[in-house]
Amino acid sequence: MGIVEFKNVSKFFGDKKVLEDADLSIEKGETITIMGGSGKGKTVFLKLLLGVLKADKGHIYFHGKDIGEMKEKNVVSMRRHIGMLFQGAALFDSLSVAENVAYPLREHFDYDDNAIAKIVTEKLGLVGMPGVEELMPAELSGGMKKRVGLARAIATDPDIILYDEPTTGLDPANTKRICNLILELQHKLKVTSIVVTHDMESAFRVTDRIAMLSNYKFEFVGTKEEAKNSSIPLVKHFINGDMDTNDG
Amino acid sequence: MNGTKVVNSAEKLGGFVYTMDKRLVSFMNDLGGVTILSFKTFIGVFKYRFDFKELVRQFSIIGNRSLSIVSLIAIFTGMVIALQLSIGLGRYGLKLNVGQLVGIAIFRELGPVLTCLMVAARVGSGIAAELGSMVVTEQVLAIEAMGANPINRLVVPRVIATIIACPLLTVLADLIGCFGGMLVTVKEASVTTQFYIDQIRTTVLVEDFVSGVSKSVFFGFFIAIIACYEGLKTSGGTEGVGQATTKAVVYASIVIFISDFFLTKLLLYI
Repeated sequence: MGIVEFKNVSKFFGDKKVLEDADLSIEKGETITIMGGSGKGKTVFLKLLLGVLKADKGHIYFHGKDIGEMKEKNVVSMRRHIGMLFQGAALFDSLSVAENVAYPLREHFDYDDNAIAKIVTEKLGLVGMPGVEELMPAELSGGMKKRVGLARAIATDPDIILYDEPTTGLDPANTKRICNLILELQHKLKVTSIVVTHDMESAFRVTDRIAMLSNYKFEFVGTKEEAKNSSIPLVKHFINGDMDTNDG
Repeated sequence: MNGTKVVNSAEKLGGFVYTMDKRLVSFMNDLGGVTILSFKTFIGVFKYRFDFKELVRQFSIIGNRSLSIVSLIAIFTGMVIALQLSIGLGRYGLKLNVGQLVGIAIFRELGPVLTCLMVAARVGSGIAAELGSMVVTEQVLAIEAMGANPINRLVVPRVIATIIACPLLTVLADLIGCFGGMLVTVKEASVTTQFYIDQIRTTVLVEDFVSGVSKSVFFGFFIAIIACYEGLKTSGGTEGVGQATTKAVVYASIVIFISDFFLTKLLLYI
């Protein structure tokens, strides 16, 4: 069994179907990219995995445990093992960089201030942002915010890092830097990475496998080479960029 | 011709009923949502670790936002009430009683209601805008993803801080309002300040003061919980934040006026 398993997962919002009988298995240590058109359920997939949303049907397993069956207390402690980098970094405006990175540590552990400060400095160093502890998020550029967001995502030494559109809105230099960071963290921390992105170039740089969401399920799951050589029209169109992502 | 008119009228009526139906459903949804949020907030106070630092931060924000405006509104309200009463009571030769009525009006009604309306405008809008922005920038989702509870982190401190701040601001507004009334009464009714103060002291009973302050506790709760609810259900980007802010102020103001009547009536029996 993989570190994450989606089995016949369905999710509806009122009459709107988002996922239906979706299956996906994610192996420990791999980097998988989730692709699909806008509104096809990529973010819903991440929220289901975090336990923020509950599946209407089917089972989601994390480390072999069904998230749907977990008590709230266990879902909260499960989140210690999952770090997430949000599309806009989602740093708390009212907190300094150090306080932002320390946030999940204070939530999950009883470390004293010195221990937290040490971890914060270490994680900021890992993402190439040393010495910015006292800055406020408003003082950071888009790329810097993403890197601080990444430091926050890895603060608790998670088993899985979720990247929601990690390169969206970044210039080419910062896009490259974020991709390198994903690869570096993958190498140093041996984490499982789940990347949701539209950016094909970045996806092919960082990923081991690609899963494509269409028609409410994962229509294609395979290695990046398989995706490149795929004769499935959906995959070909998406990779070539000649598909309307809204029609996904 | 008549047949067409009937069809048009029926269509208009149908449209009106449909709109009212949608509004009623939306109102019931909001009422249910606010009730559930109130319940979760109440549970959250006891269930989760209390963030005292955040409570103090919110309390100081509320003070900063409201103190000057509440003081300004209070002094001019006291002054204008005294002025109007001087005119009205003067017609019956009762100018000497202005202080008594100013005291009753401010302590029982104007102090809590006007103060809390100002808090709704300044603080309620701020809370809704802040939480709304946090929703659209995924900060609320981030709080949840990092294992914290958004209600405990965001709603509980704001609700408690507003519940504490409103009565304190009301007491301040009561005193400043009476002072404003004194400035005008002394001139208009030709009474001494000591006479004015004595009139208030003999007329305004402890229950008048308690009634006003107690109402402000409820108003504070309504302001904060409505603002938090509107903020947390924000959708649609920056436009949604604007709508949430407007709704928070409008709904809180309406609730203050409606609940004022019932709370006043209720407090008469206690």
